[in-house]
Amino acid sequence: MSTRYDHIVIGAGHNGLVCAAYLARAGRSVLVLEAAEEVGGAARTAEIAPGFRVSACAHLLYGLHPRVIRELSLRRHGLDYASASLQTAVMGADGSVLRLKTDHAAGAIDAADIVALPGFRRRLLKMARHLRPMLLMQPPRLAGRDLKQNIDLARLGFAIRSMGQADMRDFLRIATMNVFDLVQDNFASPLIQAAFAADAVLGTNLGPRSPGTVLTLLYRLIGEVGPVQGAVALPRGGMGAVTQAIAASARDFGATIRMGAAVGRIRVEGERVVGVELADGEFIAAGSVVSNASPQRTLLDLVGPRHLDAGFQRDIGKIRAKGNTAKLNLALSGLPAFRGLDAADLAGRIVLAGSPSAIEAQFDPSKYGEWSPEPLMEITIPSATDATAAPSGQHVLSAVVQYAPYRLKEGWDAARARYLEVLLDHLERFAPGIRQQVVAQQLLTPLDLERDYGMPGGHWHHGELAIDQLLMLRPVNGAARYAMPIAGLFLCGAGAHPGGGVTGAPGHNAAQAVLAEAKPLERAA
Amino acid sequence: MNPDLAPAQHDSARATTRIGLKETPFAPRLRPLNQFEALEYWQGYWSPAHFGNMEREYFAIRNTASVFDISPMNKYRITGPDADAFLQRLVTRDVTKISVGRVAYTVWCDDAGQVIDDGTLFHLGEQDWRLCCQEHQTFWLEASARGFDVSVREETEEVAGLSLQGPTSFSVLSRLGLGGLETLKPFGIRRWPFRGHELMVSRTGFTGDLGYELWIAPGGALDLWDALMEAGQGIGGVEPTGSHALNMARIEAGFLGAQLDFIPADKAIRAGRTRSPYELNLGWLVDLAKGQFTGRKALVEEKARGSRYCLVAVDIEGKEPAEGSLVYHKQKTEVGHITSGIWSPTAKRNIGLASLKRPFGDTKTEDLWVEIYALHELRWEKVMARVRVVKAPFFEPARRRATPPLPF
Ligand SMILES: Cc1cc2nc3c(=O)[nH]c(=O)nc-3n(C[C@H](O)[C@H](O)[C@H](O)COP(=O)(O)OP(=O)(O)OC[C@H]3O[C@@H](n4cnc5c(N)ncnc54)[C@H](O)[C@@H]3O)c2cc1C
Repeated sequence: MSTRYDHIVIGAGHNGLVCAAYLARAGRSVLVLEAAEEVGGAARTAEIAPGFRVSACAHLLYGLHPRVIRELSLRRHGLDYASASLQTAVMGADGSVLRLKTDHAAGAIDAADIVALPGFRRRLLKMARHLRPMLLMQPPRLAGRDLKQNIDLARLGFAIRSMGQADMRDFLRIATMNVFDLVQDNFASPLIQAAFAADAVLGTNLGPRSPGTVLTLLYRLIGEVGPVQGAVALPRGGMGAVTQAIAASARDFGATIRMGAAVGRIRVEGERVVGVELADGEFIAAGSVVSNASPQRTLLDLVGPRHLDAGFQRDIGKIRAKGNTAKLNLALSGLPAFRGLDAADLAGRIVLAGSPSAIEAQFDPSKYGEWSPEPLMEITIPSATDATAAPSGQHVLSAVVQYAPYRLKEGWDAARARYLEVLLDHLERFAPGIRQQVVAQQLLTPLDLERDYGMPGGHWHHGELAIDQLLMLRPVNGAARYAMPIAGLFLCGAGAHPGGGVTGAPGHNAAQAVLAEAKPLERAA
Repeated sequence: MNPDLAPAQHDSARATTRIGLKETPFAPRLRPLNQFEALEYWQGYWSPAHFGNMEREYFAIRNTASVFDISPMNKYRITGPDADAFLQRLVTRDVTKISVGRVAYTVWCDDAGQVIDDGTLFHLGEQDWRLCCQEHQTFWLEASARGFDVSVREETEEVAGLSLQGPTSFSVLSRLGLGGLETLKPFGIRRWPFRGHELMVSRTGFTGDLGYELWIAPGGALDLWDALMEAGQGIGGVEPTGSHALNMARIEAGFLGAQLDFIPADKAIRAGRTRSPYELNLGWLVDLAKGQFTGRKALVEEKARGSRYCLVAVDIEGKEPAEGSLVYHKQKTEVGHITSGIWSPTAKRNIGLASLKRPFGDTKTEDLWVEIYALHELRWEKVMARVRVVKAPFFEPARRRATPPLPF
């Protein structure tokens, strides 16, 4: 006899786990089904060589929502930071280095820019702060709203109004701008410009000159670590430890998590979701199904277009979700020697980016299905601050590599080995000798992210974070409130509002939507 | 002779006129008859509006036989293992009830349950269908095809269509030697060889009268035309008609005109201007029990909530044509307007279709008025005319359904 659950959550990515934890916390029976042998999705720690443990994909925490941390008691379940506020070293191709920590800058930067930095950050952080209420809000419908949604819409408007006249005007002016123009307007030194441009484009399929990149920058600055907005933290034990904490919390509330259980189909009967079928044919019934998989995977592959209205499935099919970001993880025999960086720099965040123009030029080849040979990288060396990451004296390096298009002209399987060489050559220019230190490596192209991490298109956000795919338009117009147009089906992953990153926000919001709409099953006494 | 001054050749189905419109396979016959160059744009084709004498054309539809060139009608061939399932998801009717050899009138909706277009669905064979409609549907059909093992191919240019309508249409067509034509029932399809081509005949039309639609490869079009003209001799002839006469006949029959009585949902720019099938008096085409189809969820909700509008047939006092006029309750409150309206020569009544805000036209049908403005020799006259809600069609002769039809 098979058990019937109130809710099945497809996928134990961090959002699926957050959602499951909230549902279980409300007393619902919850089963989480994860295709992989491990929880975490893109927030996992991988052992790339014996004793070398590194965040497989996501490595830095800057947006995990404080309410999620508090309500799910994540600290008690093991959430810990190796470093709660990292400094950033930006390295130009010419050997110049800029050091940044919150409002302070030193190194390759004009005096005027040093003076301008605090004001610029204050301005952006303030705007981001005003947008923050939207994170944990279900985007109001554009038409046919009820009172609650009208209040939400009013709050959204109010959030912008409450900035005050001058800030509001400023926000409306820059919100649709591109980050290239924004940093040109505010700074003269290329490295400080590059630092903000890099934050805006990391994980997106956008260049600094693409419209909407001010919004993606604000999105990154919305979060806080502890009390510090815009801070960047390195989780102890890698990103996998974060999801382990969430999983522990979910289990603690009573959720069941099953690994190695790939869902092959979401079963629909009489126009409502009745449960799921695993790849091996096993059927598990549930009152409702919440999917952490991407909107396209969920609706087109697992439900199937025929169960959906034609316009809706067409819109879902048109979501732009082609990743342009790769991940390179290295096991190293020693601490790499980055030119001009000291121990404190190596314990922080290292960004290889010369100028916004250089980043834009790196973006260009990706439009034509080619990688950039000298790409923007965001690097951490977690073992510098986290002794659990590597055997003593040895190190792991984690690098987010921008502009590796999902649709590579020659195909990733044929080109992967060559791309690895390109990246190592690139690193060698900044850290001479690093090639000799490599003990093991892991390269994840967008294709690998799709195949091994269940992210179709390999996109960091499960769908581009662009102005036409945000808020009420995320994932598509008319479906932004987590409930899908087919009864009993919800989305809870990065493809839903507000988007990706390790935030827990979509998972939290989806749980609220599920709890509001779906009643628990009646159980025999 | 300067080639630029050479007379245009009208012998190709794909030829374009000097204004850039396509010509149909019947153009070589229609062109010379169209002495006033009274042409209309129809989905990229030129289509005759009239041939100089609209009354004569109209009366041919009702008294003898008429032809109207329906080649510009968009035709989509839908085939493959999932063809039936694809159509079941597309349209509001239950297509499992449409047998091979039959035609059904249907509408299809967007997700919000708003009508995109109406048309006729021909069940040509197992897993083989043709959808005929006025508006282009390629994008919508392609979007709808995802997830189905189905092929959707536009074949508008590959099939010439001629609508033969009127009380003598059966007799005219019989003279082409189509044996067994008398047993063809309304909405039936039959095929005959005709001068080296296959002639497909469906007993369908847009006039509410006895009539047929004839379908043939473009190469057979002119032979068909000539044969019909010859067959009409001695029994009242076969009159070429334009869209104006046809429009009168379709209003009498109570049929809807896209862009007139409803705005195709995919073309509407303004919110709230579209209509659901229920709001077009087409609820009979909607089968909510057949399972999932696009718009079903919205239509179920509409049923529960109630519709905003209704489309009703109206009889208007007097004889001033009322198309476009506003409808008032108690001569005061505006409740809708006349979407199509004519003086009907056959019904001898001033008739129209009206889109009204419910409950008007639905439960409230008393004390309705229409405000008509008529320009009579430099003077505008305003008339408040009483409106009665009646049952469509305004004209429905027994011959429309009679099988066998009476010969002339
Ligand atoms: C290279 C890279 C670097 C990144 N760096 C950062 C960073 O530094 N900081 C940051 O905040 N964010 C970063 N991100 C983004 C962040 O990792 C993601 O946005 C986030 O992890 C998405 O979480 P999720 O729970 O919504 O989805 P996912 O983590 O994608 O989880 C979805 C889960 O569903 C499972 N699944 C899918 N289909 C099925 C099925 N049919 N049956 C069963 N299970 C299924 C998958 O296996 C997966 O476990 C990065 C992303 C990438 C790709």
